Amino acid sequence: MDKENSKVMTVETAVKRFMNDGSHISIGGFTLNRNPMAAVYEIIRQRFKNLHLYAHSNGTGVDELIGAGCVGKLEIAYAGNGKTAATCIRFRKAVQEGTLKVEDYSNFMMSLRFLAGAMGVPFMPTLSGFGSEIITAWGFSKEMRQADPEIPDDKLVIIDNPFGMKQDASKVLLVPAINPDVTFIHVQKADTMGTCRIDGLTFADVEQAKASKHVVVTCEELVEPDALREFPERNQIPFLHVSAVCHVPYGAYPTAVYHHYDYDAVYLRAYAAAAKDDDKFLTFQKKYLYGVPNHQGLLNLAGQERLKAIKADARTGYAVNMKRG
Amino acid sequence: MQAQDYSLKEMMAIMAAREIKNGDIVFAGTGISMLAAAAAKNINAPECVIFFETGAIDSAIEELPLSVGDPRVMYGSASNAGLLEAFATMQNRITGDKVIAILGAAQIDRYGNLNTTAIGDYHQPDIRFSGSGGGCDVASFVPRCIAFMQHEKRKFVEKLDYLTSPGQLQGGGSREAAGLRPGGVNVVITNMAVMRIDSESGEMYLDRYYPGVTPEIILDNMQFSVDVSKAKQAKPPTETELTTLRQKCDPQRLILG
Repeated sequence: MDKENSKVMTVETAVKRFMNDGSHISIGGFTLNRNPMAAVYEIIRQRFKNLHLYAHSNGTGVDELIGAGCVGKLEIAYAGNGKTAATCIRFRKAVQEGTLKVEDYSNFMMSLRFLAGAMGVPFMPTLSGFGSEIITAWGFSKEMRQADPEIPDDKLVIIDNPFGMKQDASKVLLVPAINPDVTFIHVQKADTMGTCRIDGLTFADVEQAKASKHVVVTCEELVEPDALREFPERNQIPFLHVSAVCHVPYGAYPTAVYHHYDYDAVYLRAYAAAAKDDDKFLTFQKKYLYGVPNHQGLLNLAGQERLKAIKADARTGYAVNMKRG
Repeated sequence: MQAQDYSLKEMMAIMAAREIKNGDIVFAGTGISMLAAAAAKNINAPECVIFFETGAIDSAIEELPLSVGDPRVMYGSASNAGLLEAFATMQNRITGDKVIAILGAAQIDRYGNLNTTAIGDYHQPDIRFSGSGGGCDVASFVPRCIAFMQHEKRKFVEKLDYLTSPGQLQGGGSREAAGLRPGGVNVVITNMAVMRIDSESGEMYLDRYYPGVTPEIILDNMQFSVDVSKAKQAKPPTETELTTLRQKCDPQRLILG
């Protein structure tokens, strides 16, 4: 492959190149799994502000971005993070204190919104949510929506089923498309042109990536394109969609990467304990985020012993008998 | 034989497991709902299929996952897909009608509607919770849902602060009139009782109360009154159920504690 096609760069460069204050972004993964944490921490270190963040259930990354004051508006289905935080702690605090504008959807609605964006249609239909206040209670007011050309004028729209009673449905809910400026995902394997191979659940990463103007991929393993042309049916995202590829082993730490490492329950517990108190949280951030130059710095603080404890078992893809509770 | 010693968590897990039939597709969350699903699979419904909203179907649960995003749901599954596929499986009636889901909530009303979003005013909440996740979708799509609740006045409320996941809405056929299929929460399993939603009226009634609890105590722990005329005492877990739950389902005692 010729060098001109290479999209390889550092995560610092990628974040700097594709991000602005106020950017509309989304991150991949789910709660404590495959969040693009190296990119999230870099966004925090570069101190981007007033971001419009789209999420379904991206717990760890969402809470860190909110906790660092990067997010102004959030469209989300679920902000929880496994056993350490039934409700993400900085998210809860920001919503209760009114420092974050939130619009609630469901997981299916958010996934369909990314799919609509990926397909280039204005909306997708679903039979979910009738009678729910997800439809009637708007976090973003009509005035706010009309004043912002980046977001649709309506949160959700109900129409009569245009195909009679097909699927026994009298009504259909329409969910508006999302096309983020940038989506960050972390994958097991990517090539230098940006083609991605995800092992295990893809969550909504593929739809999120294909809906976005730019995709920044961080990966455990960076390979030459030829390597992913063998068994291409195992690849989910072709290079067309991708703007940058960053080789960051442990780039999802402290969240899990199937067949590479488990989530770090020790870090997540320490984060949750600190997040409950403003002063402790600031100290925590100073040490783990602002006190290190890059993701490797955080990994150094975690230490070899911790990384060894979360190493995935070859058979199951997770750390067997790891202390989680 | 009836077991002598069991915890309320064990009672709740077994009560829920008994709701699951062989051949059911079980939509499981985490915590006690995961434990109930595992108990059903190991005790009374060996051919039930456990699946997760993240997209894993029929996972080999060697260790209990503590989140539906846990890599433990990915091992040995029939298919590892994504969120769209998981919810489509429930929206699609061919598969969706076989699904029984297990949900939890901060508040429930007499019609089995759930709040997992906020206490107080939605725009300036006193307490903000995680939000719908897949809860609203599941309650919209599948015919049978179990809700796990703690029996407390602040949780069994006259009016929800926010309706996240639809049950029977206002009862009397309002669910179908709104555009939803029949479904939503039809069983509520608490630390005191098993409540059901009457399919005609759409209202909750007391079906079974646990040994040591009376219908009066149960009503004292709810803001609204329910019909208790059909209530009987629940059968506690058997030795076999308990042994299986403890030794096969949660040997690490991650959820049983």
